[in-house]
Amino acid sequence: MIQRHFDEELAELKTKLARMAGLAEDQIDKALAALVTRDSALACRVIERDHKVNALDVEIDEACIELLALHQPAAHDLRLVTTAMKLSTELERISDLAESICERAIELNEEPQLKPYIDIPRMGSLARVMVKESIDAFVKEDATLARKVIVNDDFVDDLMEQLFRELLSFMVENPHTISRAIRLSFIAKSLERMADHVTNIAELVVYLVEGKIIRHTSPPVPL
Amino acid sequence: MELMELPHIESPEDRVLPKPLKAEARSLSFSYGSRPALRNLSIPIAEYKITALIGPSGCGKSTFLRCFNRMHDLYPGTCYEGEILLYPDGRNILAREVDPIEVRMRLAMVFQKPNPFPKSVYENVAYGLKVRGVMDRRILDEKIEQALRSAALWEEVKDRLSAQATSLSGGQQQRLCMARALAIDPELLLLDEPTSALDPIATANIEELLLDLKRRVTILIVTHNMQQAARVSDWTAFMYLGELVEFGLTKQLFTNPSRKQTEDYITGRFG
Ligand SMILES: Nc1ncnc2c1ncn2[C@@H]1O[C@H](COP(=O)(O)OP(=O)(O)O)[C@@H](O)[C@H]1O
Ligand SMILES: [Mg+2]
Repeated sequence: MIQRHFDEELAELKTKLARMAGLAEDQIDKALAALVTRDSALACRVIERDHKVNALDVEIDEACIELLALHQPAAHDLRLVTTAMKLSTELERISDLAESICERAIELNEEPQLKPYIDIPRMGSLARVMVKESIDAFVKEDATLARKVIVNDDFVDDLMEQLFRELLSFMVENPHTISRAIRLSFIAKSLERMADHVTNIAELVVYLVEGKIIRHTSPPVPL
Repeated sequence: MELMELPHIESPEDRVLPKPLKAEARSLSFSYGSRPALRNLSIPIAEYKITALIGPSGCGKSTFLRCFNRMHDLYPGTCYEGEILLYPDGRNILAREVDPIEVRMRLAMVFQKPNPFPKSVYENVAYGLKVRGVMDRRILDEKIEQALRSAALWEEVKDRLSAQATSLSGGQQQRLCMARALAIDPELLLLDEPTSALDPIATANIEELLLDLKRRVTILIVTHNMQQAARVSDWTAFMYLGELVEFGLTKQLFTNPSRKQTEDYITGRFG
């Protein structure tokens, strides 16, 4: 029956997205390791690997366009395919941000370390866990888990605020720290943006499951 | 400065009902002898909109359509319950005291297979008008051109109005049947799978035509082509085993149906 074939293609689509998310998580992990261990060679490898994520993004887009054209999906199937398309874009952006963290890390590694990195790795692992949970929510179509991820976004924002204040005090005391402090705040901003993209993913999952568009609505987490 | 009011984002809970209505079935039940075919159907038909009726074969779509022009009256042993109201007057089409002929004057129906009369193109369209007593040749000519134009057929047949209708292609014959239906200025156009015997291009022509026509006439279309329902209709009713399963805005029903049965049917996972 033709429908079974279509179901297999939808399952395949989910698998591809899970694979892409796995790659993105790994990019985040390695980008932070490159910063914390001051390993510029590792940073270069992460930058180099971004094209793999891009390739998957294109592959997923093509698969979705094909499914739309050939099967004209409706209802949940339609929401799955359109969600997958947007989701791959979000993952691609997350990976771009990991790349940009690496570029800043390479620059930072050329100067002595400004301070012990504490909040940044915490933000990084939070962002990484958020990516993982949002994709789990997508694969299992679990709207409850997706909503939990959305709430986590606030922790990342708080950590960033805290870090900004700290970096500001460095800059005020000693202008020689400014270039490093700015680079570090770029990294914090990248991590904060990552969490925003994950929030988009989680919102898409709620749409997929419930057919409700919750982004740009307030309160952000309707229950 | 005041902030602008943000648009309200529709959630599936905000299911709406059409307004104003051209017609409405209310608790309609129908049986062929002892065999019930329609059970307690309530379906609104929005004015100047296209309402699609979808559902698997044998679920009662044609039966429902035939109630509107009292076609079942022609056969013994059939039994109606409930009502079909035609607006603005709110007349109950099914009421015993209502003359079926009067009802049929206000509606027109087009069937699955093109069924032109074995007469000329001209006579086919003239038929309904002549039945209504229009005999003046000038008025007839004018009305027939109008109807053929409305059915997007005029350009193709204007030089062969006296040709046999059966000499036209299948798609042209179906548009001729549409012209015949439209010539009488019906308030409600009933279409029973009007494109199922046509090729994709002829189908696309008819669909275009429907979208043009809805500015002037309310349309109720039965189709087993889900994409067609999605493409042309504003409202969709999904029927199963003689019952209404779900009624709603087409765009809502095809993106986020509220019933599992509807979901299974429109995604091809039925049964
Ligand atoms: N003239 C008739 N006499 C008895 N039963 C009929 C007649 N026409 C249709 N039916 C039955 O009524 C049910 C609905 O048929 P129909 O309205 O033609 O369905 P659909 O148009 O959705 O395919 C079917 O079970 C069919 O067998
Ligand atoms: Mg039928």
